[in-house]
This record gives sequence, C-alpha cells and structure tokens, in this order.
Amino acid sequence: MNFQIDIGGFIALYIFMVTAFAGWVIIGRVPAILHTPLMSGSNFVHGIIVVGGIFTLLNATTPLEQAIGFIAVLLGAGNVAGGFAVTQRMLAMFKTSGHAAEHHAKHARPGKRAKPTAVKAIKAKKA
Amino acid sequence: MLVTISQAIVGSIDLMAAFLLMFGLWRMSSPVTAPSGILVAGIGMLAAILASFLYVFSVAAAARSHLPMNIGLAGGALVLGVGVAWWGGRKVAITAMPQAVALFNGMGGGAAASIAAVELFGLKTHGAIPLTVTLLGALIGSISLSGSIIAWAKLDALLKKPLHLRGLQVFNGVVLLVALCVGGYIVLTTSTALTQVLPVPQLIEIFFGISLMYGVLMTLPIGGADMPVVISVYNAFTGLAVGLEGFVLQNPALMIAGMLVGAAGLLLTMLMAKAMNRSVAKILFMSFGPGAKRKRGAIKGSLKPVQASDAGIFMRYAKSVIICPGYGLAVSQGQGKLYDFVKLLQAAGVSVKFAIHPVAGRMPGQMDVLLAEAGVPYDLIVQLADINEEFKTTDVALVIGANDTVNPEARTDKTSPIFGMPILNADQAKKCYVIKRGNGNGYAGIVNPLFYADNTYMVYGDASAVCVAMAEAIRGLGAPAAAA
Repeated sequence: MNFQIDIGGFIALYIFMVTAFAGWVIIGRVPAILHTPLMSGSNFVHGIIVVGGIFTLLNATTPLEQAIGFIAVLLGAGNVAGGFAVTQRMLAMFKTSGHAAEHHAKHARPGKRAKPTAVKAIKAKKA
Repeated sequence: MLVTISQAIVGSIDLMAAFLLMFGLWRMSSPVTAPSGILVAGIGMLAAILASFLYVFSVAAAARSHLPMNIGLAGGALVLGVGVAWWGGRKVAITAMPQAVALFNGMGGGAAASIAAVELFGLKTHGAIPLTVTLLGALIGSISLSGSIIAWAKLDALLKKPLHLRGLQVFNGVVLLVALCVGGYIVLTTSTALTQVLPVPQLIEIFFGISLMYGVLMTLPIGGADMPVVISVYNAFTGLAVGLEGFVLQNPALMIAGMLVGAAGLLLTMLMAKAMNRSVAKILFMSFGPGAKRKRGAIKGSLKPVQASDAGIFMRYAKSVIICPGYGLAVSQGQGKLYDFVKLLQAAGVSVKFAIHPVAGRMPGQMDVLLAEAGVPYDLIVQLADINEEFKTTDVALVIGANDTVNPEARTDKTSPIFGMPILNADQAKKCYVIKRGNGNGYAGIVNPLFYADNTYMVYGDASAVCVAMAEAIRGLGAPAAAA
C-alpha cells in the first residue's frame, strides 16, 4: 500500500473548483449580522498554513531554510491562535433577548413551555 | 513501513480536519449554532497541527541529520506564535476587531510567502507549472502580508490620511507588471537553458521585494469607508495563497481550506461592493479624490442644534425609535452607554430597534458585533433591507456617528459620488436626531442634506457622552413618570 499523495495539475483544478463552489454556497447562507465573525472565522481557517510551515521546517537543510521555516511556523501559529481566540470571543457575545423568549412562551401552546428554561440554561452556562 | 503508517495517519487526520473546517463554517450560518461551529473547526485544526509532527517519519534523507534541531525549532515557533497571538486575541478590545483581523490575516499571508521562499531558495520545486504556482502563491501571500500591515496601521490610526498622488495607480500597475516579469523570467531561466542575467537567488529576492512593495503601494491610497472591502480582499488573497502553496506541498487539506476562504472572501468582497454601489475595481484602484468635493448651496434649511437631555426626553415619550449606528459610535466606545439608554426607553414602553447598514463601520458586520458586546439581543438588530420600510411609520430615527449611510443624496442626486448606494431611510421618520461630534462631512466628503431637513435636529458631542446625558435626563424624570 502507498499513501503518498500525488495531485497532478488537473486534479488540483478539480479540487479548487469544487471547493470554491462549496465555499460560495456555504458563505452565501451566512446572515449579514455574522459577517465579522465569519470573516475572522475564515481568517482562522486559512491558518492551516501552519501545517505546511511545519512540513517545510522539518525538511529544512540549511540555516536559511530553517530561519524562514521558523518564521513560517511562527506566523502561521499566530494566525491560527489569534483567529480562533477572536472569533470565539465574538460569537460568545451574540445572544437573543430573554424578553422576547418569554413573550414567545406566553403565546406558545402549553406543550412548548420548555423554551424559557432552555434559554435560561444557555445564559447560565455563559455566565 | 513506518513511513507508510505515518502517511496513512496524517492523510486520514487531514481529511477529517478538512471536513471539520468546512462543517464549522457551515454551522456559522446562524448565531445559535455559530459558537459550536468555531469549536468544531478548532478541533479539526488542532488535530491537523498535532498530526503534522508525524512528518518526521517521512522527511527527505538530506534533512534527517537536522531533524532534532528542526523539531525543536518547529515546537518553539508553535508555542511562541500560539502564546503571543492567543494572549493578544483575548485582550484586544472589540472595537479594535478590524485591526486584529487584518493583523492575523497578514500573518497567514506571511506564512504562505515564507513557505514559498523556502521552496524557491532551496530549489525544491521542479517543472514550470509547480514553479509558477509557487511564485504566484509567493506574490499573493506577500501582497497580503504587507497590505494587511498597512491596513492594520490605518485602522489603528497610525496612518491617518489616505495617500493621494497623481499617477500612483499607473506606477502601481508598472510595479505589478515588473513583479510578474521577474517571476516569469525565474520560471524560464530555471526550466530552460536560458542564459542568466542575475543568479536565481538574487532574482527571487528582487521578486519578494517588489511583491511586498506592491502590497504597501496598493493599500496606501485606500481609506475610511472602503476598509471593509480591503480587509475582505486580503482575506481572500491569503486564502488563495494558502491554497496554491497547498498544491506545491501536495497537501489537499491546505488546498481545500485555502480555496474555501478564497471563495468566501470573494463573495464577501462583492457583497460589500454591492452595498456601496461601487465596483470592487473602483474601490481598489480609484479612491474618492479631491474631485469628489462639489459646490454646496443647493441645500435648503438649516442645522438645528438641541440639547441631549431634550432629545432623550422626547424619545422617552415616543412610541417607536430606530437607531442607526455608525463608525462614530465605535470610535467613542459608546455602545454600552447607548444600550443603557435603550433599556430605559424599553422600560418606558418604547419600541426600539437597531438598523444596520451593510458597510457601517470599518469591517463588514462590525456594528452587529459592537452591539452584541454591549449586550443588545440580536433579534433587536435588523439589517437595512428588512427595516427600511419601517422608517415611514416610526416616530424617531436616532443617527449616531453615521453619515454617508443615511445621506438621502444617494437616492436623488445623480452627480453625487454615492448615488445609487442603498441608504437607511432615516429621513422618512417623523423626527430625526443626529448625534455628531462636529460639522464635518462623512468619508465621501459630501454634505448631508438630512442634517438640514426640517424634521432633523442635531445633538453635538461625543456619542458616548451624549448617550449618558440622554439617559440621565430620563432618569431625572423620576419614578412617577416611569410609572405612568
């Protein structure tokens, strides 16, 4: 068995095409209210370049390659960690109004009364 | 054997990681599922990073003797980079989010460019196509790095004025052309027996130098309200660079993640451009020049200043209020004070909503995040298209630190630089209060007729201070009024 990955020119184009399409569709669903977290989230996603940096640094043979490889990993790691920290912080702030939830609960059928407690539970978790 | 096993493990973990990153972004389509989305993506990323250390089993023979040193370097860089950026990302103020995102984005571009540099200087890529792709990734990554740093400096107010120079756009075009020529020459000279004018390493140095310079030159003339587009473009650029370097390194996870972000950035860029009714090319290559300033005098009416307390009390007795926040609110850090005021209005039975223009602030959606930080529930935050009809039936429109996004000229005046841009219909409300620091114009440098309209009143002062004063005025009415 051979697990060496070998991507030729056309296969690469296919991968790029399908992914670009998927990206377009996925991002098109995101409401405008989340555009800042989305941008910082996708900023985090391209931080995966750190994996390429590690690969490059491990294969370095000269001091110059080691120095540039070190910078690559350093910057990539910064991209990943910073992107994640910032995105997670922003998303944790978005909450719905308890006021509105209670309003819904008042008008809901008796069977649906679980809602306000669920909202409270989520709020308690965040606090 | 060890090589095969490690490759199989890395391969399957990267496959899973690529899926989790996509799935994580998919879950970002609603504020309810988004927090778990970033967590899912984070798990995928962590797994991919840890698995990448299994590459030690399959390094090239030449690098084997350097392995202990390289592992140490990689671990050190990882710990240092993660540590500093994590600390920075946790500490940065929410109002400084556009700067932070620009900076982290530049880091990604720099990492992609560095990888390309190792490939190029080490002569590791062979053949015209891989070499071209490496150079393209290097070019885009470098532009993203230096451009993002300039964008960060601008957003952080280290660079104040956009640079307007005659012929700068032409000069930039020439610089880009030179970079492409040098790149093309590197490909030719290394893949054919063409005579070398300069040794290849030197050519590569020149190539990186020009690319970095182009990023700086391209970003310097852009400023203010066009910043959301710039950040979005560089995000797409870094994604593209990552995808291209992923191909060079034969790593499909990098290709997928990079291209995903490239497509996302492109879509967001186009949405922003559409919201401003300007083309992406115009924003990047043509700035609002001095020519945008036109003669005034056609505007009827006068500016009518009122006290913050009067405005606050008037809104207390209104039925409905729509608030249109802009960048001025972020500058004065007044979001918390604003929500305190809003809570007093709500307690008095006033219906309050927030209307968000797509390009309000310095980053797409920045106002939404700012209000979320203050604790405003997101069901009170309404986007332009969904709320614009409501202004007609609303008692008060409260404009805070916004200008061009509420300028009715965009609807009527064909000669206006913002003509055709969708705006918030604040002028259609029965009464309009505008909180503003002074009489200055907006970023586009045009006078706003809304401020002179008969039903508009100006409240001068820092947004934060005015919100406090308005809240004080309502509290000053005392308990009997609140009970009424």
